[in-house]
Amino acid sequence: MDEGDVPQDGIPTYGGRRKLFYAVDKDGAYVAVRSSGWEAEAIATGSALDAIEGLRKDAWRRAREGTTSPLEYYMRCRRMDLALLSQTTGLSRWRIRRHFRPEVFARLSERLLSRYGEALGIDVATLRVLVERP
Amino acid sequence: MSEAAPFRHRQSAHCESGVMSALATHTGLPMSEPMAFGVAAALAFALIPFVKLSGLPLIAYRMPPGAIIRGVRKRLGIGMRRLTFGDPQRGMEALDRALDEGRVVGLQSSVFWLPYFPEDMRFHFNAHNLIVYGREGNDYLVSDPVFEEAVRCDRASLMKARFAKGALAARGRMYYVERLSEDVDVRRAIPAAVRSNYRMMTQAPVPFVGLRGMRRLGRTIIALSRDPRRCDDYLPRFLGHVVRMQEEIGTGGAGFRFMYGAFLRESAALLGEPALADAAAAMTEAGDTWRLFALRASKMCKRREPLDAPALSAIVTECADREAAAWELSRRAVRHR
Repeated sequence: MDEGDVPQDGIPTYGGRRKLFYAVDKDGAYVAVRSSGWEAEAIATGSALDAIEGLRKDAWRRAREGTTSPLEYYMRCRRMDLALLSQTTGLSRWRIRRHFRPEVFARLSERLLSRYGEALGIDVATLRVLVERP
Repeated sequence: MSEAAPFRHRQSAHCESGVMSALATHTGLPMSEPMAFGVAAALAFALIPFVKLSGLPLIAYRMPPGAIIRGVRKRLGIGMRRLTFGDPQRGMEALDRALDEGRVVGLQSSVFWLPYFPEDMRFHFNAHNLIVYGREGNDYLVSDPVFEEAVRCDRASLMKARFAKGALAARGRMYYVERLSEDVDVRRAIPAAVRSNYRMMTQAPVPFVGLRGMRRLGRTIIALSRDPRRCDDYLPRFLGHVVRMQEEIGTGGAGFRFMYGAFLRESAALLGEPALADAAAAMTEAGDTWRLFALRASKMCKRREPLDAPALSAIVTECADREAAAWELSRRAVRHR
């Protein structure tokens, strides 16, 4: 890649920051050049983010309908899945899946709620109720 | 150790090579990032079909996390202290003690819990590396190699990032240089590192690693396009995944080729071996071909151009051919050293 070909597409996923790339100058020597991002990377990151966003909105919709608990929604807000939440809390998957049932979640002890709160970095009061908008 | 010298932040292309070159440089062994990467023989390729990340095969363009730190340490005989912790509080106290002793400390951490990362870059990736070089009140002074400037991180967030659970969990891993060996000579380490990397890429004992792995990727793309159950939905996701791992995680497949090229070029000057500069140019061409693949494949995933599996497969095969040429040149250049 020539120095002048280092992409400067200003992609949104960089959040205004620049990354460093190595490129070749006109004498064939390597130089470090800052890049504001490349379209190809933006597409790849974008589709990964879209997938995460889809899961989050879907969880919100189901929580709204009352077929899952706010816990699943907040798990998705933290870009986690069941496996990671299980590892982070130390609770088994089937137990967490049970806590996705709204009626079970509603009766959850303060201790369990704070364990989830700790894992997700959310305070217990927020965790109890679903936000108005996804 | 050169005590009082203040730590200077330097942006790098990749976190682990950046941290290692910065730690070595700070403790009196000046080293560029590409040199750290090359001496560790860290260039690789692997497409492992039976290890899945959310349903997609593991694909890597460099050696696994930890290999650069280990490689530089071993090949240059750097004495390092490396610690992990069961208890987060103890892990933070150990960090504070090391900082109080005036040390510059490398940490492994999750990307997700680091507040200075932009929202769109925050994924649950646990093998990010960064440097802490001081503390002011509740804030740690952080040199994160992939950022332009030094940043700060509050104590609670840093603790969460160091002790995040999941795949590749860091368990609070911290490391720092204790001593440099007396007669360290980078020039002696280079030929051995190149040879070792050559062997890994060309003579791997398993078919999904190195150049054979690349050619296998080419065949996989064709096979998926002929599979009526997987050509419409899975193949675009698979291609998106290949590109994402190539361009985003770390510095990307092409980026690592350019970094290795920079290493070969620097080595050519250090050893007075012009043949290594030719190898560098060949490696750059391989990187350019990987970039072409990323561009075409990402457009096809987005359906901005029709999905042309044979064309993509041909580009991957060309990547393998070009890398084969670059490795042959590299090996010959260090043959008698």
